[in-house]
Amino acid sequence: MARMSMIEALRSAMDEKLSDDASVLVFGEDVGFFGGVFRCTAGLQEKFGEERVFDTPINESAIVGLAVGMAAQGMRPCVEVQFADYVYPAYDQITQEAARLRHRSNEQFTCPIVVRMPTGGGIFGGQTHSQSPEALFTHVAGLKVVIPSTPYDAKGLLIASIEDPDPVIFLEPKRIYNGPFYGDHSGKSVPWSQHESSEVPEGHYTVPLGKAVVRQPGNDITILAYGTMVYVAEAAAKQAGVDAEIIDLRTLLPLDLETIRHSVEKTGRCVVVHEATRTSGFGAELIAEVQEACFWHLKAPIRRVAGWDAPYPHAQEWDYFPGPERIAAALKLAMEE
Amino acid sequence: MTRQTKLNFPHPPARPDETPDFSAIDIPEAGILDVPPPELKAADSHDYAQGLIRILNDQGDAVGPWADYIADREDESLLQGLRDMLKMRAVDKRLLNAQRQGKTSFYLQCTGEEAIGGGFQRQLEQGDMNFPTYRQQSLLIAADYPLRDLMGQIYSNACDPLQGRQLPIMHSAREHGFFSISGNLGTQYVQAVGWAMGCALRGNGKIAAGWIGDGATASNDFNSALLSASVYQPPVVLNIVNNQWAISTYTGVASGQSKTYAERVLGYGIPALRVDGNDYLAVVAVSRWAIQRARNGYGPIAIEWFTYRAAPHSTSDDPSAYRPKDEALAWPLGDPVERLKTHMIKRGIWTEERHAQSEAELLAEVMAVQKEVEKHGTFVNPQPISPAEIFRGVYADMPEHLRRQRQEMGY
Ligand SMILES: Cc1ncc(C[n+]2csc(CCOP(=O)(O)OP(=O)(O)O)c2C)c(N)n1
Ligand SMILES: [Mg+2]
Repeated sequence: MARMSMIEALRSAMDEKLSDDASVLVFGEDVGFFGGVFRCTAGLQEKFGEERVFDTPINESAIVGLAVGMAAQGMRPCVEVQFADYVYPAYDQITQEAARLRHRSNEQFTCPIVVRMPTGGGIFGGQTHSQSPEALFTHVAGLKVVIPSTPYDAKGLLIASIEDPDPVIFLEPKRIYNGPFYGDHSGKSVPWSQHESSEVPEGHYTVPLGKAVVRQPGNDITILAYGTMVYVAEAAAKQAGVDAEIIDLRTLLPLDLETIRHSVEKTGRCVVVHEATRTSGFGAELIAEVQEACFWHLKAPIRRVAGWDAPYPHAQEWDYFPGPERIAAALKLAMEE
Repeated sequence: MTRQTKLNFPHPPARPDETPDFSAIDIPEAGILDVPPPELKAADSHDYAQGLIRILNDQGDAVGPWADYIADREDESLLQGLRDMLKMRAVDKRLLNAQRQGKTSFYLQCTGEEAIGGGFQRQLEQGDMNFPTYRQQSLLIAADYPLRDLMGQIYSNACDPLQGRQLPIMHSAREHGFFSISGNLGTQYVQAVGWAMGCALRGNGKIAAGWIGDGATASNDFNSALLSASVYQPPVVLNIVNNQWAISTYTGVASGQSKTYAERVLGYGIPALRVDGNDYLAVVAVSRWAIQRARNGYGPIAIEWFTYRAAPHSTSDDPSAYRPKDEALAWPLGDPVERLKTHMIKRGIWTEERHAQSEAELLAEVMAVQKEVEKHGTFVNPQPISPAEIFRGVYADMPEHLRRQRQEMGY
């Protein structure tokens, strides 16, 4: 097995699907010759030719609109939006078209597309390179929303997403493209090669959509997290000295409520974390679901740690980012209650 | 006979390890296009939209009707133009250096495009408003924006008029005719049209200038802006900076089969001119003409500035992966500073010695301000802005939920 960064794992997934399915296409801004500004598609055009992997004009609405048309025609486009912050021109195509094509045509037309986009902060990108817009997609019937946190999952989930018969929003936490991030921005960053989850098989395998995973078993409290926050939560649990069970959701929609319920029924306590702004964030949905499913097992109110309800700042990034201290404080609070 | 349908994928003339090749670019003689009347219509603009307005010829002489159009200009304005460009270069150089030293997170140069913003801004009046992209810092230099504010923004420190909220280079300077920059491409092109409509409705005699890169002409908002401008005829100058590249993507991916961006504008019924963006005199002349035309009520006008992005896209970019290293040197329209310098020497108002001296003086001036601004904090030696600032200015009045979050944060 090879050790891969998340970038290499994503590339390997696209490589695999481009090889085994002639209908798979990869395109987006700077995706072709250059291989993407984060290098996720590097080498793919050279290998598969520009009819399969190509550059597009700077128009996200066109990127997704073209993908919808191609998919309805029988292709399987896996497109890239350069940053999640730039997806908004495509919001119409994604939410009003891709999401509903199957339903409104009574299955005459379908839309098996994947829209990949780097998401989240932690790279001093300011307000237009740091956003976490997952809730704007989980609110839309007909979409699936996926966010990996390890190279292994990134490859398996992306292959599963490309093979899925419906549109998938595939969010890539850019802070952990090259290595896990535990929330200490002043420390040295660790590359994926030093982390066990960077063992990625060559060839085809899938990680099923709609299945969460327990990243760290524990007895006292359940932490629900995804993307970069899985590692930050791990650091926070250590810092707070609590025996936390950390669940990496991996797919936000459809949500794996069974894994969550199983854990919260055991621990009786739950903290939800995400980078996205707090109000109407995905955390609100999680809390509502946990409350309905596990109310009689809960020993304390469910806490939520999220980005503040303000635009993502440049200079005060680490005051904004929900780091280990804030999560640890919420964990302690939930334990005391 | 039918042919098999086949898709087209545009390619740049040369890739890394190939010889730069601009032979497909037709460079007309300087001075051959005349100055149209202000009531110019789109239907009569084809020569201007397909040709290239140039004043400085290869020998550095100012020639043709457009040269006559600005013959009243004092020598002093040329000296000022050259100083603007040299200052711009010094600022870019020093701030790039600061980024390399880890003193800020990001920087982006406008090398090779200094004439465009510099020459354009000097023709505007106080109260006119630019809607710039991130590569139009030359507008700020020519608007005499204080270097302390400009650099403070780059360092996100106490000198930053934006309190560290925005990514470096995303300036905002209302008093200097510079609208707040957004990172999202295209959005502000149509806002410029809206601002200009506001100027017309208020009858205040001011104009707006929209700015967009060749790559971003692909955005929906490019269409929105042109159509709205065509319908309502507000006083707006719509600038397209065609620097041949959009990060790694060759301009052909944005232009398709259109020959020029200016020509595309004609389809909206808006007159358009294409100009040598590396010719400071041509920039000044066409800017003056277009701005006056807009101000005098003849409606919207578009200008394609033909130039070359000599620098990497940004400090996050490595162009050697997608274009020949020496492509900028092969650019047939040369370097704007060198060309203006040659002309001024020929004109007898400048010398190599004065040029070198001026460069050194400007660099010293820039470095002195930089040193001062760096005292207020850099990424290497941070002096944090209060985290509570995050919550100020989200709304005019802070709602209760933000107040609670600020308290939770400990402020
Ligand atoms: C809506 C949107 N999509 C993508 C991007 C990412 N991006 C930033 S700059 C750029 C290239 C723009 O090229 P061009 O318009 O030619 O301007 P130039 O950089 O050459 O000045 C891209 C794709 C963005 N900022 N906004
Ligand atoms: Mg460009």
